[in-house]
Amino acid sequence: MLDLKGYGPELLDGAVVTIELAFLSLALALTLGLIGASSKLSGNRLAKAIATFYTTVVRGIPDLVMMLLFYYGGQVTVNMLSDWIWEAYEIDFFFQFDPFISGVVTIGLIFGAYMTETFRGAFLAVETGQIEAARAYGFTRWHTFRRVMFPQMLRHALPGIGNNWQVLLKTTALVSIIGLTDMVRVAEEAAKAERMPFHFFIPVAAVYLILTAGSELFIKWLNKRANVGVVQGS
Amino acid sequence: MPDFIAQWLDQNEIFTAMTIMEYWNGLVNTVQLVFLSLVIGLVFAIPLAILRTSKNPLVSGPVWLYTYLFRGTPLLIQLYIIYYGIAQIPGIQETFWWEIFREPFYPALLAFALNTCAYTTEIIRGAIVSTPAGEIEAAKAYGMNWWLRMRRIVLPSAARRAVQAYSNEVIFMLHSSAIASVVTIVDLTGAARNIYSRFYAPFDAFIFVALLYMALTFILVFAFRKLENHLLRHQRPVGS
Repeated sequence: MLDLKGYGPELLDGAVVTIELAFLSLALALTLGLIGASSKLSGNRLAKAIATFYTTVVRGIPDLVMMLLFYYGGQVTVNMLSDWIWEAYEIDFFFQFDPFISGVVTIGLIFGAYMTETFRGAFLAVETGQIEAARAYGFTRWHTFRRVMFPQMLRHALPGIGNNWQVLLKTTALVSIIGLTDMVRVAEEAAKAERMPFHFFIPVAAVYLILTAGSELFIKWLNKRANVGVVQGS
Repeated sequence: MPDFIAQWLDQNEIFTAMTIMEYWNGLVNTVQLVFLSLVIGLVFAIPLAILRTSKNPLVSGPVWLYTYLFRGTPLLIQLYIIYYGIAQIPGIQETFWWEIFREPFYPALLAFALNTCAYTTEIIRGAIVSTPAGEIEAAKAYGMNWWLRMRRIVLPSAARRAVQAYSNEVIFMLHSSAIASVVTIVDLTGAARNIYSRFYAPFDAFIFVALLYMALTFILVFAFRKLENHLLRHQRPVGS
């Protein structure tokens, strides 16, 4: 059997942290993606410019650099803020900037930019006739979005969301670099202490492989469901 | 405006000639690491992609397993396994390989090359598989053998279809290379981390390096757009 030298429970806790991080980041990314895509497709020039700036900047910077910037920069900002609050109101307000929060914010922001592009493409794939028909029925803008655009857009967006999710899952490993005790961090410490790198990293790699393979199957199933009623192969 | 910049440069304590040189050395390391791993990855990816399209499962299976393993796990873990693992291979410390692999640059290069090769193999495979059947039939009708057909028809036509996805992979590799700094390589990110810890100035250190990465990314995007235009020039409408 696999002997984890007593690091088993810690590794399991780390795996839970990884999964929590991945899902929270995904939720943030999907939200930002929807907002970003709506802004890009809106007639508002300012919203469009902000969304374009966001996606361009995020896709030009390595994820690790952004994470380091948010983590260390976030701490400095919190320190400055707490100093200012102390001087102004004499309230002791201080907290350690958490690697978990920095991780969620960074990964969410990065994949929000990718989701923006995914959703934008998917919204454009919905026929304009559908929207015109909804408007002709007297649907409000919100109703058109919720009842007509969103459900039809989802079918086109799913493959892109799936790809982004797979990349996101692997990006969570980076959060170990800023000190979050996820499973990569635990494995690294164990590997160094026991001088057995293969022994600890290969099980962690296997967990990632199980997660990505499982997601692949789940996404396939979702795609099939979303495409019920669509004639394939035209 | 130049007055303002000169004044700012005079007053700042961070961006001195020394730190600029540190960033420059980091840039050289990043470019070397990324360029070499991309070249090695591409050279091995072409034959592997051809093997991957083979109908014999004994040929295509191992390649599939390799790409599946390397695309299904984070690059950071691959880097750790290779970086920490090589020293643990029994007897390696007595061979000449140890002279090479004790430097962190080479384990990182090996990890990056293996990773990008896996992704590139799948990109090229996708392009080969989608070759229009008519092109292959025509080549066969001309009496071309397998090798000639690959060289003259399938691979050039696949290259045109792969270049878009490959440009994404190149940019992805540039961004992934930032993790080289965790195995003590002073690449661009490593330089930024050193400068951050020396001055405790996260915004200056990391925003500057982010701008450098952004410039590199835009140069790559521009170069690939040129290449794409060149490769697809036969599709341009007449007269433009």
